[in-house]
Amino acid sequence: MEINLIILAVLVCSALWTVMARSLLRSGIALAFTSAVLSIIIFRLNSPLAAVFELSVCAGLISVLFVSTISLTTPLTHKEVLKHMKARLSRFWYLPLILAAAAILLSRIKIDLNLNLPAAETENDARYCLWHLRQVDLMGQIIILLAGAFAVVILFREARKNGR
Amino acid sequence: MDANALNIFWPFGLVIMMLFSIGIYCILATYNLIRALIGIELLIKAVTLLIIVVGYINGRTALTQGLVITLIVVEVVIIAVAMGVVLGIHSKNNSLDSRNIRNLKG
Amino acid sequence: MSNLLILVPFFSVILLSLIFRVKMKGAAFILGAALSVLQVYLAIFYSNAVWNNSPFLFSNFLKLNLVVDNLSRVMLLSIGIVSFVTVFAARYIIRDEGERFNFINLLLIILAGLNGIVLVRDIFSLYVFMEVVAVVSFILIAFNKDIRAFEGAYKYIVLSTVATVLMLTSIALLVLIAGSTEFSAVSQAIKNSPHGMFVMSAAGLFICGLFIKAGIIPFHGWLPDVYSEAPPPASILLAGIATKTVGIYTLIRLVSSVFCFDSRINYVLMFVGVVSIVVAALASLGQNDFKRMLAYSSISQVGYIVLGLGCGTPLGLAGCVFHLFNHSIFKSLLFVNAAAVEFKTGSRDMNKISGLASGMPITATTSVLAGLSAAGIPPLSGFWSKLIIIIALWGAGFYGYAVIAALASILTLAYILSMQRRVFFSKLPEGGQDIKEVGFTLALPALILGAITVGVGILFPFILNTFLSSFAFP
Repeated sequence: MEINLIILAVLVCSALWTVMARSLLRSGIALAFTSAVLSIIIFRLNSPLAAVFELSVCAGLISVLFVSTISLTTPLTHKEVLKHMKARLSRFWYLPLILAAAAILLSRIKIDLNLNLPAAETENDARYCLWHLRQVDLMGQIIILLAGAFAVVILFREARKNGR
Repeated sequence: MDANALNIFWPFGLVIMMLFSIGIYCILATYNLIRALIGIELLIKAVTLLIIVVGYINGRTALTQGLVITLIVVEVVIIAVAMGVVLGIHSKNNSLDSRNIRNLKG
Repeated sequence: MSNLLILVPFFSVILLSLIFRVKMKGAAFILGAALSVLQVYLAIFYSNAVWNNSPFLFSNFLKLNLVVDNLSRVMLLSIGIVSFVTVFAARYIIRDEGERFNFINLLLIILAGLNGIVLVRDIFSLYVFMEVVAVVSFILIAFNKDIRAFEGAYKYIVLSTVATVLMLTSIALLVLIAGSTEFSAVSQAIKNSPHGMFVMSAAGLFICGLFIKAGIIPFHGWLPDVYSEAPPPASILLAGIATKTVGIYTLIRLVSSVFCFDSRINYVLMFVGVVSIVVAALASLGQNDFKRMLAYSSISQVGYIVLGLGCGTPLGLAGCVFHLFNHSIFKSLLFVNAAAVEFKTGSRDMNKISGLASGMPITATTSVLAGLSAAGIPPLSGFWSKLIIIIALWGAGFYGYAVIAALASILTLAYILSMQRRVFFSKLPEGGQDIKEVGFTLALPALILGAITVGVGILFPFILNTFLSSFAFP
């Protein structure tokens, strides 16, 4: 349990790093790190298959997407970044304070949730569940990937044409 | 499941709420289009963790793993399309500042 | 057999992309039109028993667990009609053949997604198909790649994803108490749950997400931008059916068969509905952009649908589903007219275009029909659905809401008439004589939709039972 708490603390810290990082590139890398930490937590919660997906797809593929987009667009100069940081701090300085206060308050309160939970499932294989019981989700995944392919054909090709 | 499982839930619930607020902070506080997408990513991370924790508590990890795998695939496609749109805006406007796109009235 | 409604559009996209991509791009148009006509025909003439019967290999090989009932068939019918219209509009307006080919492929994908939303009985699969529709909508909005369309698409992506996150949170909480994602199991668990607050917060999150997706008043920020900046055929599809299926149909389905008309939810729905009706109608009066005005009008009409749903009686539900059907007909007709006007004059500013009635008689006449149907003028279909909603509200004892709903019709009439007067029936400007009627491919869908509006209005007594029996009332 203590290990879980430590990993959760790391997760929150890396999420904060993602938001607060000055350069976008670092932000993207921090996001990948957050994903990796999250996949460790998912693995520790008896969900190895989902952990593999989270690690390979979110920490891998999505960060590649982010980093390539960031490098395709012109980065801000250091001065501009500082100006943005200052403007942001002056507009939203109270939000981190509220966050910290809420965290302290919530950790004090312990709501006694006594829900009626359903009985544990007999079928415990995620592969069976996905392939036999949730075929309609798989169908949806295939359709959405097809739509994604069209998105690449339509949006990216034109973006490249205009970029020239 | 006994009350013990719900006690386990508490630190996770706290972290999930913090991730949510960090993500929303990220969307609200920035003018940068890509940074807003990073905020959305954080929100989706929080939801992923929530679904997994739910599966852990009521012992249906098989079901929730299936859900999370589908969710991750959908998430990738959405982020890819969003990136296409952001690149499109950048190629027309040459900036990623959302103040330049506020010429649309709500 | 209902599996085919998803599989056939999906495989025809693959077929088109693999075989007809190089030559014969015109095949896409024929296939799209044929599929939507087929869907309309099957939705009308095949009974639920035929739909739910699963022949040969489906029962063993592919178990998608899809169910067709009367509400689904009404939605399938509207989806078929609007996609038919969109195919024709795309043929007329998108001149480049390659672009049209891509557009119709996207249309077929969104058709599969919409059919999936209508047919699944599982909250998570619902989410998956909603995302299919959302992704295709993003692409369709940004289709012309001009900067304002990109901006609208970006706004929609951010808000839609936030809505998705809300819905997924709710799904997770429901899975916690139900242990399953099927409608029946979830609704059973909600009934048995001793924690009203917990269930209500989960339901509230889901409904909040759906409000964002449907663009109802407190969450409407994205909708006017998206409807007005999307390319004309895409805005017909989005305004006519896509956001209605994603937001409103799902709301009806969930409130009626998962949350089982909890009275607290009903009060919220009615309040939000009335606010939408009045505020959006007032906002619509002040618009100068043709399509932006129609977008606000769309929010206002959706308010009526939500109001009828919140009433919670079978009559209110019948009115709500009937108005959903009518709305998809007359709103897509109005957007077809907007597309015709924009195509011919190159402008959407109602201060700049005027006196088109002499040059474009078909467009002017059908837009009068659609506008009067939206305002609820007697023999047209919109009148009957509004009347049923108001009668249902009165019968359930919500007199205040009934009066507001009836009075708001006058606001609707006001903005519709002001639009007609400015665009079609004003004095022709100098040099405006050369504007001619649009070609056959865009006039035909307008005529068909106009005929449906009139026909459903006149034949209303024969149709009412279909809508009344739309629900196995819990």
